[in-house]
Amino acid sequence: MALLALEKVSKRFPGVRALNEVSLQVEAGEIHALLGENGAGKSTLMKILCGIHQPDSGEILIDGTPQHFSSYRRACAAGVGIVFQEFSLIPGLSVVDNIFLGREPRNRLGLIRHGVMLKQANALFERLDIDIDPQIHVHHLSVADQQFVEIAKALSLNARVLVLDEPTAPLTPTEVERLFTIMRQLREQGVAMVFISHHMEEIFEICDRVTVLRDGEYVTTLEVADTDAGALVELMVGRRVDNIFPDHHSHADSDDIVLEARIRMAGRKHTDYIQLARGEILGFAGLVGSGRTEMALAMIGAQPVTERQMQLEGHKVTLKSPADALKRGIGLLPENRKQQGLILPFTCADNITLNHLKHFQTRPPFISRRREREAVEALMDRVRVKAPGSDTVVGTLSGGNQQKVVIARWLERGCRVLIFDEPTRGIDVGAKSEIYALMKTLTAQGISIVMISSELPEITGLCDRVLVFNHGHVVAALSGDEIEAGTIMTHATRQISLDNPTGSTDESVATLERAS
Amino acid sequence: MSTPTSDANPQPRRQRRSRASRLLHSPVFFPLVGFIAVFIVMALANDNFLLPNNLTNVARQGAIIAIIAVGMSFAIFTGGIDLSVGPVMALSGTIMAGLMAAGWPPTVAVIMGLLLGMVFGAFNGACVAFARMPPIIVTLATMGIARGLGLIYTGGYPISGLPAGFSFFGRGEVVGIQVPILIMLLVYLVAYVVLHHTSFGRYVYAIGGNEEATRLTGIRVPRYKLLVYTISGLTAAIAGLVITSRLMSGQPNAGTGFELDAIAAVVLGGAAIAGGRGAILGTLVGAMLLAILNNGLNLMGVSPYLQDVAKGTIILLAIYIGRGRNA
Repeated sequence: MALLALEKVSKRFPGVRALNEVSLQVEAGEIHALLGENGAGKSTLMKILCGIHQPDSGEILIDGTPQHFSSYRRACAAGVGIVFQEFSLIPGLSVVDNIFLGREPRNRLGLIRHGVMLKQANALFERLDIDIDPQIHVHHLSVADQQFVEIAKALSLNARVLVLDEPTAPLTPTEVERLFTIMRQLREQGVAMVFISHHMEEIFEICDRVTVLRDGEYVTTLEVADTDAGALVELMVGRRVDNIFPDHHSHADSDDIVLEARIRMAGRKHTDYIQLARGEILGFAGLVGSGRTEMALAMIGAQPVTERQMQLEGHKVTLKSPADALKRGIGLLPENRKQQGLILPFTCADNITLNHLKHFQTRPPFISRRREREAVEALMDRVRVKAPGSDTVVGTLSGGNQQKVVIARWLERGCRVLIFDEPTRGIDVGAKSEIYALMKTLTAQGISIVMISSELPEITGLCDRVLVFNHGHVVAALSGDEIEAGTIMTHATRQISLDNPTGSTDESVATLERAS
Repeated sequence: MSTPTSDANPQPRRQRRSRASRLLHSPVFFPLVGFIAVFIVMALANDNFLLPNNLTNVARQGAIIAIIAVGMSFAIFTGGIDLSVGPVMALSGTIMAGLMAAGWPPTVAVIMGLLLGMVFGAFNGACVAFARMPPIIVTLATMGIARGLGLIYTGGYPISGLPAGFSFFGRGEVVGIQVPILIMLLVYLVAYVVLHHTSFGRYVYAIGGNEEATRLTGIRVPRYKLLVYTISGLTAAIAGLVITSRLMSGQPNAGTGFELDAIAAVVLGGAAIAGGRGAILGTLVGAMLLAILNNGLNLMGVSPYLQDVAKGTIILLAIYIGRGRNA
């Protein structure tokens, strides 16, 4: 009998059938992958398992006993733990306070028993074999360590079922390996795990079985050993996707330099030089925290810097704010679409037109709603946003569709340079492929693109040139055949002397290659 | 707010909402229901409530808070707040009165008073937008400053002896409608057009919905925040004009506690206190709801102390019913 069983679970939201009789069985000591495109129903299913949503019909069984999770707390008490896609830790509290938040052990006077908490936290970390000081404040931790604290927190209630919703998305290859080590340990300890990821190679590395969902329907469950990536993608999207990258025809005109930037970040020793040609896709590769996003923000004037000299099409420009950058035709698609990209309470339409409302002012300062609506609908068709309507509130859409809304915002803005920061994070294969094609189309129109990405296949498959970041500086500029996963990771992970950021490499870490 | 389609398979088509569902999902819907409910209760409880004279009185009495609540709406929609509105209203009013008493022509005095309100608002805005101080602290401080300046200017006494023509703004009538009501409607009309038909209006909601995203997408957030607080200063000064003209004297102590009534009107109007959501017509409904509450309870002879309790309870109840319906 499976430790965890979801039987014919159905769930409707107004206007959307999110899940239709979906079933899932996970054994003790199994890592079970849940696979599907954005909007396929993975997150909804997991939220039902955790008591955040209640199913319209169907059952949740643990050890064969039907469960009714009316709240997240109930699910936790029944032994279900979840590590959310978005972290739920409180940065200002210590690790141990976070782990026991809301259920601190107390003494007879009602006061918190710090010693007991500390002991239990240490025991947890020992079990996971991770080395984190439980008394440190969470905001001092790296993204990976925060993730491990999340896992510890989920396990602290003796969870026997652990849901990991895209845990690898913000992690570097080394950190992913650490996570997998922990997951293997938990497998040996008999924990049933549901693992959600968009990275096929991770599923083949760590998972035992895989269940595929498509458009809220159960498709199939397979032994991972009996299948391959191509087959899974086909099951997910319902068609064969052979190559998600558009043809490698470059639109770059290397003689026509659109943008030159000499930027020295606050607190950095050196000035970095960035050059961008017309129609080029320039990749910013590097580990999370290597300074790529900071550079992007500096390039649009959103971040204070020690030195910033920029030349746009041969003319010196001063950028004091993102608004200045926009005026000059430089736009940013930010890394975190919910926090930095979208106005969540706004409709799709209002989000898309936000930065070019002027186009619809037939009689300034008034906006013509009719023209705005027509333009929005054309744009939404062009990027293929799946939404009931242009007046759908953007917060209700899936991640991929939200990202398309953010991209649509820039298409008619007439920018010469677009900076895409992790444009496909948390997005399914189908939507990724569409976004890549869109980027190529933009470069064909003479627009230059900077793409920041932690996914090496994306960098190698799409970029004309690549700048590798390491410890806040550009440490290598690659082009042509040099753009290769191993070379990029070598530069991204080597120990650098800060006095000599472009100095000799240390090849010993070249094996840390996440891409296949 | 979810999309009200009822068919089993959502079509990826762009469909428009029906008229009925648009009304149901309009932010003004719940405030309006609340208003009508209280209105019916008051009408049943008092014979005099429905008299045309009484209803006009209610609207006129509510006009002051309603006008202030316009600026408050702008501030709250951006995720901010303006606590200084009451004292700014009093200060602007006393300056108008003082200048007129000193022999300035009423037109010039009124313009000076309105300008003063805007300058005060702009100062709030500069502190919030450029010095990046929290609005609640900035306006708490300037609330004290404005009140103090008003008292210094008048020496603590009301300024009277205003030219008779000045009473037009508070006591006049145009085509049978009292001027304060007309001013109120005009302010709401302008605010509605600005919020719903200009880019600035869109930015107000965008800043409240997600300030960082708005900034990164290339909107000059500080500039628009400055404008928002300037508008709040202006509407407070317009309220100062109406109340000074109504009383025919500049009262340095006028408007005590008005900021709380204005906030209540905005929130009763369905706005999210965190910003990004709300409707200016909802604010009007909220302000009028407060006005009929005051009036109805007065007519019923409820003690003023109990009135405060009743008002507070009804506000809590209204917010409770309306909570989360936009989420």
